[in-house]
Amino acid sequence: MKGFPAAAHETLQNAQLRRNLGKATTTIRAKRLRAVGELPDWEALRDAGAAIKARAMATLPEQLERLEESVTRAGGTVHWARDGAEANAIVAQVARAHGSREVIKVKSLATDEIGLNDALAEQGISAIETDLAELILQLSNDKTTHILVPAIHRNRMEIRALFEQTIAKGEQLGDEASAIAEAARKHLRAKFLSVPVAVSGANFGVAETGTVAVVESEGNGRMCTTLPDVLVTVMGIEKILPEWRDLEVFLQLLPRSSTAERMNPYTSLWTGVRPGDGPQEFHLILLDGGRTNVLADEVGRQALHCIRCSACLNSCPVYSRVGGQAYESVYPGPIGAVLSPQLFGLDVHPTLPWASSLCGACYDVCPVKIEIPSLLVHLRGRVVREQKRRFSGERAAMATVASVFASRARFERAQKLARLGRGPIAKAMLPGWTAMRELPDPPKETFREWWRERSG
Amino acid sequence: MSARADVLARIRGALEPAVAVPEVPREYRGPGAAGETGSAVIVDRFCERVAEYQATVTRVSAAELREAVASLCRGRGAQRIAVPPGGPDVLAGVEVVVDEPPLSPQALDQLDGVLTGCALAIAETGTIVLDGGQRSGRRALTLVPDWHMCIVEASAVVAGVPDAVAALAGAAAEGRPITLVSGPSATSDIELDRVEGVHGPRTLDVIVVSA
Repeated sequence: MKGFPAAAHETLQNAQLRRNLGKATTTIRAKRLRAVGELPDWEALRDAGAAIKARAMATLPEQLERLEESVTRAGGTVHWARDGAEANAIVAQVARAHGSREVIKVKSLATDEIGLNDALAEQGISAIETDLAELILQLSNDKTTHILVPAIHRNRMEIRALFEQTIAKGEQLGDEASAIAEAARKHLRAKFLSVPVAVSGANFGVAETGTVAVVESEGNGRMCTTLPDVLVTVMGIEKILPEWRDLEVFLQLLPRSSTAERMNPYTSLWTGVRPGDGPQEFHLILLDGGRTNVLADEVGRQALHCIRCSACLNSCPVYSRVGGQAYESVYPGPIGAVLSPQLFGLDVHPTLPWASSLCGACYDVCPVKIEIPSLLVHLRGRVVREQKRRFSGERAAMATVASVFASRARFERAQKLARLGRGPIAKAMLPGWTAMRELPDPPKETFREWWRERSG
Repeated sequence: MSARADVLARIRGALEPAVAVPEVPREYRGPGAAGETGSAVIVDRFCERVAEYQATVTRVSAAELREAVASLCRGRGAQRIAVPPGGPDVLAGVEVVVDEPPLSPQALDQLDGVLTGCALAIAETGTIVLDGGQRSGRRALTLVPDWHMCIVEASAVVAGVPDAVAALAGAAAEGRPITLVSGPSATSDIELDRVEGVHGPRTLDVIVVSA
């Protein structure tokens, strides 16, 4: 890991990326405002969404056991995985049991997070990404920059050029986005009709009924969850909703926050196995993968409420300039800055909690009201406390300030020093800061001096 | 220790000391609060919103249904249309292929289109809901063909998402697969702009039948 400052420094050199990202996020912000403004009860939906998630987390063992029971009753098989390696091994085992060298995949952040594609490749199984943006990344060996639209940094001309060199070799696709989409359709149709095993993630898993939901646009999700003989779903344990009824909240919050539509084109809801309709074998893998560590942090656990809509990315002034790759995680943007350090370790991502100006735009748009700015501040504190060797400069400065504030004599001496120190000393000590800013003048007389003179 | 026992133990440990379980405030518009199922204003809103997704909407009376379907088939130059077993019997002038025994994915891919009904429809979001029942057919039927004609009874148009989720509780409890369809297949992956037509049916024609 380079760390956020170094990685952001690199991505900021890419003018094309900034142009593409700026255009896309500006458009989607305006659209989201319209989609959200149309609902008179948006704030009430947010309140309900936040409470449902908090309730689900507070009762998580019970809810997971309910989900396991409902899915099993409906003919599915439930597996538990402590970490990514265990989950990957289960997927590989299912694919091998069916003699399949290929699996088709619905876009899934959970499987990106655990490196499923590479793990399957090591077992001689190729994972075929079927989401358009994931396909673009897979064909160009590129990395994700956005939760919802992983190839948001590539514009249509770049995508067209890529397809003309790969899946549509020798064709002239034209500049229309629909021609690009058509090329992907032709390329993947044969796979949908023939590959026997599919892998998906889950947007929601309903404990009460055992129903799993995948929310999507293109129809690749429907293809993968309908046509193959076998379906394996990798679901983070935090994706659980206690009651069927809870979907009435999230099926309104998610599409309007993510693609800024009244509703996404397709939502698939399935419960175990349905005889004569869809896959006749269903495996649900419940993944911990660091989530219980997040849950153990009383403040930080709110990050588990995230429904991966990406509204916080689109609204973030930092994200929209540096792009997703600066965050060096499958979860970029404001939510990534609070989720990645907790999920993968503060030592792996010690700089991410500082990747924000704390402006609060992320909280305003969050459909489940995650207090991202408060979490960032909380995690900054944890990094300083727990990562002792790092940030020693800041630790030393803070320790000095604490000692000065703890004693009246030291505080008054420091105030005198500040009057003397302004100018050359301050400029020498804060070179980067004072190059761009005026250092405020200290008052000629402090309150304490004034008080003593007045009463004496 | 099994992975199951381990994960559950870690969760219980993470939730110590006991975490408060909040009540869920449901002050939003619940079932019945956003308008009356099948009322004129709700059906109008549904038609308007489906059309905004680049789907076509045809409004007919029960007596006009057969001709409306025939006219859509002529317009699209369709010859072979699939229907679910026990599904709508209103096709004329085309070869009707009944999905019984179930058609293979390859056979579905050779059809010109599919005609089904649906479980219900949602006005606020312009959504049709398929529930794997007799009207909707199994999932592959409305997925593989490139053209989906869907008949919506005006009396089955509900106002909002909460009305639909409440009406579908029984289907979910029975384990029926449920698919929400809002317009034809689309993607937002190219410059975050909605473009119609990727893997699902690229053409969606909705026929709303009033009694």
